[in-house]
Parts: sequence; structure tokens; C-alpha cells
Amino acid sequence: MSATGIGAAVRRKEDFRFVTGKGQYTDDVVRPGETRAVFVRSPHAHAKIKSIDVSAAKKMPGVIDVLTGADLATDKIGNLICGWMIHSKDGTPMKMSAHPALAAGKVNCVGDAVAVVIAESIAQGKEAAEKVKVDYDVLQAVIDPAKAQAKGAPQIHADIPNNTIYQWHLGDPKATAAAFAAAKHVTKLDIVNNRLVPNAMEPRAALAEYDEGSDHLTLWSTSQNPHVARLVISAFVGITPEHKLRVIAPDVGGGFGSKIFIYPEEVVCLWASRKVKRPVKWTSDRSEAFLTDAHGRDHVTHAELALDADGKILALRAKTIANLGAYMSTFSSSVPTYLYATLLSGQYNIPSIYCEVDAVYTNTAPVDAYRGAGRPEAAFVVERLMEVTARQMAIDPADLRKRNFITAFPHQTPVIMAYDAGDFHASLKKALELADVKGFGKRKREAARHGKLRGLGYSAYIEACGIAPSQAVGSLGAGVGLWESAEVRVNPTGSVEVLTGCHAHGQGHETTFAQLVSERLGIPFDNVSIVHGDTDKVQFGMGTYGSRSGAVGMSAIVKALDKIEAKAKKVAAYVLEAAEGDIEFKDGKFTVAGTDKSAAWGDVALNAYIAHKFVGADLEPGLKETSFYDPTNFTFPAGCHICEVEVDIDTGKTDIVNWTAIDDFGTVINPMIVEGQVHGGIAQGVGQALLEGAVYSKEGQLVTGSMMDYTMPRAHDLPSFHVGLTTTKSPSNPLGIKGCGEAGAIAAPAAVINAITDAIGTEDLAMPATANAVWSALQRAKPRQVA
Amino acid sequence: MPAVSMTVNGKAVSGNVEERTLLVQFLREQLRLTGTHVGCDTSQCGACVIHVDGIAAKSCTLLALQCEGASITTIEGLAEPGGALHPMQEAFREHHGLQCGYCTPGMIMSALDIVRRNGNDLDEHTIREQLDGNICRCTGYHNIVKAIAAGAKNMPKVGAQQAAE
Ligand code: FES
Ligand code: FES
Repeated sequence: MSATGIGAAVRRKEDFRFVTGKGQYTDDVVRPGETRAVFVRSPHAHAKIKSIDVSAAKKMPGVIDVLTGADLATDKIGNLICGWMIHSKDGTPMKMSAHPALAAGKVNCVGDAVAVVIAESIAQGKEAAEKVKVDYDVLQAVIDPAKAQAKGAPQIHADIPNNTIYQWHLGDPKATAAAFAAAKHVTKLDIVNNRLVPNAMEPRAALAEYDEGSDHLTLWSTSQNPHVARLVISAFVGITPEHKLRVIAPDVGGGFGSKIFIYPEEVVCLWASRKVKRPVKWTSDRSEAFLTDAHGRDHVTHAELALDADGKILALRAKTIANLGAYMSTFSSSVPTYLYATLLSGQYNIPSIYCEVDAVYTNTAPVDAYRGAGRPEAAFVVERLMEVTARQMAIDPADLRKRNFITAFPHQTPVIMAYDAGDFHASLKKALELADVKGFGKRKREAARHGKLRGLGYSAYIEACGIAPSQAVGSLGAGVGLWESAEVRVNPTGSVEVLTGCHAHGQGHETTFAQLVSERLGIPFDNVSIVHGDTDKVQFGMGTYGSRSGAVGMSAIVKALDKIEAKAKKVAAYVLEAAEGDIEFKDGKFTVAGTDKSAAWGDVALNAYIAHKFVGADLEPGLKETSFYDPTNFTFPAGCHICEVEVDIDTGKTDIVNWTAIDDFGTVINPMIVEGQVHGGIAQGVGQALLEGAVYSKEGQLVTGSMMDYTMPRAHDLPSFHVGLTTTKSPSNPLGIKGCGEAGAIAAPAAVINAITDAIGTEDLAMPATANAVWSALQRAKPRQVA
Repeated sequence: MPAVSMTVNGKAVSGNVEERTLLVQFLREQLRLTGTHVGCDTSQCGACVIHVDGIAAKSCTLLALQCEGASITTIEGLAEPGGALHPMQEAFREHHGLQCGYCTPGMIMSALDIVRRNGNDLDEHTIREQLDGNICRCTGYHNIVKAIAAGAKNMPKVGAQQAAE
């Protein structure tokens, strides 16, 4: 392994600019003559708009224009869309209601954009926004997803009866019912997977500029996938044709899913910039972010596990209501279906599974993918069922898992996924050792002497990443294929630029992608630069989410590098005056087999452009190749996390005293970066389990609407983590990568709740397990039933 | 609009600001020092931390006019003019104490203040407790804590008296 090649903990190229304050995020970009957009937002969760009067606002100092939904309609700007078609059990397509970028006669959640003020400054814009008079006829709101379908519930969209978007299912209901009928033990759990607010530290922002001379629009945007944004904004919303729109996603300060989606503000800034003929910038403040960024999770689930007398799983079934909020966000429909129910087999041999999912509208912020997206919800269901089953059947929880692990691959689960590699025994074994589970009893007794309850919780998760094989997702309703593109440009001096359709917003692609190129071409790491995030520079690509950049994005680079090598060999054959078949390439050097004749990488690169030695008819000058890579399968990262907690009996406060994470991510390009991803994922998972939860009042006001009310994990809420790896390579991509971005967030919630419920001796505990929630659970606790 | 003058990263600067202009707006919008970030509107996240006369402060919670005559240091003022990083910046890079980089300037400026208050030898508990005013959504803090401990060690010795103040 070279010092900068695959597997090396290379320090990141991007860090110099970030630690010196030289990063360039969207809000840092300033265009000449730029104006500011300030949105007028609904204070009501559900209301008819009787009238909007913008006349006073238009007269305010510094105001350039005030625009409403009516103007949007006049200009025939289209609606935002959800791009994944789900069909209900009865075969009918999902019911998607219109989502205009500015409300059309009705608001459906607090924060819904009603009008926009374009002003010289934010302060002037805000003052004018106060003068926009909106006369609302307030309607009753429905907030609780479990009540959204009830008879008599307020109807949010006139065209969507019972607020029901789809009633979907997966698996075999008959076989599952039969297995349950024959079971010796059935575990039943009611689970609320709490709604989360993503809270990437950089708030969303959009800066749009119209160039009248060329009739082109440019959008700087906090996007994880600028090409997808361009496609949706042009082809569906119809702002301008695709080739007349450039989307640039510069440095982006975290995304976690929330910056995948196409939001009203981007559309409005583009549209307004063409109207006012000046650049228009909007930067969300945190309060707006709480109201308008797509939230995550929000499932209500009843789940059951059937086992025989030996603790062998016979079947699993689950019924889930998924809250999608007031509008269907870009990928919302896929999250509680194909990203959720397909993972309900966990790491286990489960002969039959049946899952039903109803997706509903409520008068709350839209819900879409947030780190893990569906897979944390699935892992929580499976791993809570396993732990509770172990307790009820009085089987050691590690042992129960071992009895049911899948050990032979490929393994076809009853819920679509075909696991292609893994070693679940290995990760559990390593985790048991690293967590010193043997010594737990002693630690528990020791803690008891200090008035603390100690508990241990496992989470043996699996996820599907490397999103995604186009055929597979196409057959499941995805509107776009989820391949990735790469272009490798070799310059005459031998340095290399890689243009990737992926986008980094913390993942460190400028480093890891350069490691791959450095290793493969045998050239210095510093001679490679990675270009991303600009639709004018990079060919169409799908962006970054679903832990796909390594498995899919780097595979595209590998394919392009294969072509580069093949072409370079042809050039080398001319340079070395040898037959092409005799050229070998290794460590940045071309040699003629069996001779001492060689040419350095740089010589061949240069000659590819000088081309004096070519026969033009045989070989084109230049050294640049493109490839599109479509994966053959998902990848299946998996592992075992063990959380150890101490609960203070008097206050209910939980301290995480030890965290062990053993993950199998396949090939690791940069272990430092991979560990960092695990840390961050665990922190978000612990946040969900202990601290975070979006709370709406029954009128639909977001009670947790700021960082003073919504508890973000801070340094003192978390321990240092013990992380380690086991490795089975993914057979579905050339590098054997599985992906690591979401594992922590998927594994952690179940590990925490399993640990706390172990400590307090009751399963009656919902997330977030705040001190108050744990203390209350302790007060309610009845001794645990052992069958 | 009233005028305001201060020293920023060793340079005398002045400008006209509205009474309500926040220090962070003055730094970012007028001086174009965009390394100082805004991550919230309730003084919670610490992305905006700078130093006022050597002491860490949240620049989203100060008016520009309050800083008349003050000496301000921002993230842009830490590295040597030739580009050599401050030991704390270097430690964040070495220990992978950042991912998206958005919280990083505030983290580094707060870290320096933790060293000022506690000296060069910092334990994990102290760092975690005193990082209370800074939120990072990416790193889970693990490597930030390591970076701060290492950076503190590599910084010039902070006098006992200074640390105790
Ligand atoms: S911007 Fe969040 S504390 Fe200043
Ligand atoms: S590195 Fe992204 S918020 Fe801290």
C-alpha cells in the first residue's frame, strides 16, 4: 500500500481551506447587484387564503418586487414533484397532490411559503414582509399520522381522500399468517420512530442569476445533487430548458439527505431573478430551516416476530403508518417502502415477512430521506424485536442472534433483497470482545453500588447502500436510474482531473477519489484534482446520498481509468515502437514485456497530445475518457454495535459509558474518513434515541422550532467511540466497497434503547429517551415478564 | 448610518453600519470575511465564534457598534501570513476534526479559548464540557475532542496565571 493509495489514512486535501476560513459555501458567493429574497410564511398549519394584499409591502423602502402564488400561476411555473411512483396493494398509483412553490389559495403547514419579497437587503425585505397582509380562514389541522386516515379527519388536499397517499405492502401475507399460527412464541411491539429535523449546520441557501444576453440562468445551491436539481427544475417545474440552466453546488455544509430535495425557495429565486433581472439570494435562517427542511423518520409501527421453541425465527410482520407531511417531497414515497420494508429481514434467516405501509398527509413539514432513510426505521424494528424476544424467551441476546444469522451467500430474503456477502458471526464476535461483554455483570454490580442502573444493548444491523442498480429501482418505481458518471482527463503534463457526478458535503471525495487515481495510475496524490458540483463542468450525474459515492461513484472512475489505461497503452506502443499487446503498465510506468524499454506516465501523457508519432487514422490524439457505471446489485454494509449505559435512578438521566462499533464496509479507501463517518452517524443515531424529536402542538405549531427547544447532541452528550472493522468485499462493484455513510445512524437507535430498557427493566420507553422519559418509565415499570 | 472602527486580524477597519447590524454581518458582508459562519438564530451553535480582545464571543450575538475600538480575531487571522497553519488548525487537519467544515472556524476559535482558560493540558471531560456552545452535526465530536487536546499541547505554553483567569 502506498502512502496515498487505497487503504491509507491520507489527510484531507479539502481541509486547508476549511480550517483557514476559505471554504466557499453558497451564502459566501456574492454577485454584483444581488438582491435578497424574504419569504412570507404561513403562521397556520391549515388555512384557506382569502386574500393577499401586497400593496403596502411594495411601497416599503428597498423593495423591488413582491410576488405571490398567483404570479407563479400566471407565469405557468409548474409544481414540485415526487419522483418515485409507488403503487398501492390494489394496483392504483399513489395519490400525489399539487405542490406549488408559493401557496395557491391554501396553506397546509406552518412555514408554507405564501409570498416572497425581493429587496435590496434582508432587513428591508423582512420589514416589507411584515406588511404583506394575508387574510386566512383557519381550518382544523391533522398532525398525528395515526389519526390522519380517521373518518372525519380534516382533509388536507381535496383530491386525496382520507389523506392517504398509498396503502402499500410487501411480502407474503398468507405464508406469514400461517407461520404465526404455528409459532411457539410471538413478540409484539408498538414503535414510534420519532420525527427528526436534519439540521445540517449550514442552512440551505440559493442564489439565482439571470443573464439576459444569453438567456441563461445560474443557480448556486446547497445541493447534494445539482444535476438532479437542474433536471427537476427544468423538466418538471419548467423554469427554463435544461441546457439554459447551470446549477452549482459549491462547498456544502452537511446534507444528511435534507439537501437532496428540490425545494420551493430555489424555484422562486430562479423565477424571481428573471423577473427582476438581478441576482436573487435567499439564505435560510435556522428558524426557517426547522419549518421548511424536509424532516426525517416519523413512523408509527406495530411489529411482531414469530419463533419456534428453540428461538428460531419463523416470520415477521409489521404495519406502519408513515407521515409524509403536507406535501410529497422529492423522494419521500420511496423511504417508508423500498428503503424500509426491504430491510426487515435484518441479518437473519426469516422464512416469511409481510409488511404493510400506509403513507399519509398531515399538516406538518414534508418528510423525506434523512441519514439512513428507511433503513434506520427497519433496523429499529428488527433489533428491538430481537432484544425483546431474547428477554421474553430468556435467551442471551447475542445467542438469539447467532441462532438466526444468515451464513450462506448469496441469500435471497423474502423482501426483494439478495444479500451477496457478509459475515455476521464475525462482527458480533469482535464486538463482544471489544465491548468486554464478559465483564458486564461485574460492571453492573459496581454501578448498582453507586445507585446507577447499567444496561447493555445490541444492534446487529444491515443496510442496503450503493444506491442503486437502475433496473432494480426502475422496476420498483424510481423515475431515474441511479448509476453514476465519471470523466477522467489526463493533461499533457500527466496530471489528472476527475469530474464526478457525485457531490461531497463533508465526505472528503477530493481526498478519497484522488487516492484511487493515485494508486491506479501510480502518480502522486497531489497531481490529481477532483471536480464536482457544477453542471456546466461535469456531465450528468446523480449526486451523493445513500452511501453511494464509493460503491457507485468510484466504480465509474475505475471504469474510466480502465479506458484511460487502454488508450495510454496504445500511445505507449507508438512511443516505444512496440506491439500494443506487449505493453505492460505498472506503478506509473509503461514497459515492453521482456525488454528494458520503458516510458514514464508523463511521457505517454504528453505524447498523447503531441501525437507526432501516431498514425492519425488509427488513434485519436488526447487522453480523456468517460464512463457511466450502473451497479449490479445494492451493497450490504452490516455490523454490530454494542451500547452500554448507566441510568441515574433518581433523575432518569442516561450516560453512554461505552460504545463499540464493528462494521463491515467491504474495501476501505481511507480508514480515517470511514471512522469519521461512523462517529458522525452514531452521534445522529444517539441524538434520535436520547435527545431529538420534533414536536408539533395539536394545532400544528412546531414547538421544537429552534436549537433552544430541539436538542442537538453536543460534545458532552456523547462518549468517544470504539470502532473496528471486519471485511467481506462487495462482489457487486470492482473495488469491493460497501459504503459507510449511514451505518452509525442505522445501528445506533436500537442499541441505545436496547441498553436503556435492559437497565431499567421495562420495554415501555419511547424515543427520545430523555431523562424525563426514562424516569417516567421507571415509575410506571412493572417487572419484566419472562415466558 | 453610524460609523464603527475596530481592528480585525491586526488591520484597522471602519465602516458605516445600521444600529442593528450584527458583528457577524459586518464581518461577512462588509469585510467579506466569510470564514465566520452563521448556523442558527438563537445563539446556540457557535459557528460564528470569533475573539474580541482575545476572548471568545459569538459574533451573532454582538452588535457591530458594541465592538467600537475592539480588537477582533477571526479564523482568517490565525494562520501565519505565509500560510503556515496555527497549531490548532493543524491539529484539526491532522486528527480529522472536520467533515463539511461549516462548524470548524467556530470550533477552532472556541478551542483556543478553552486553552486560554485551562492551559495546554486538557482532558477529554474538560473539552467536552467546555465545548457546550458549539454544535457539529458531522463528526460526532470524537475527532474534534482529539484535535483540541493535541492542538493545545502543540500551542505555545499558556501561563498559569493566564489560564486561571
Ligand atoms: S450563529 Fe449560532 S451561535 Fe452564532
Ligand atoms: S464538520 Fe460539519 S458541522 Fe462540523
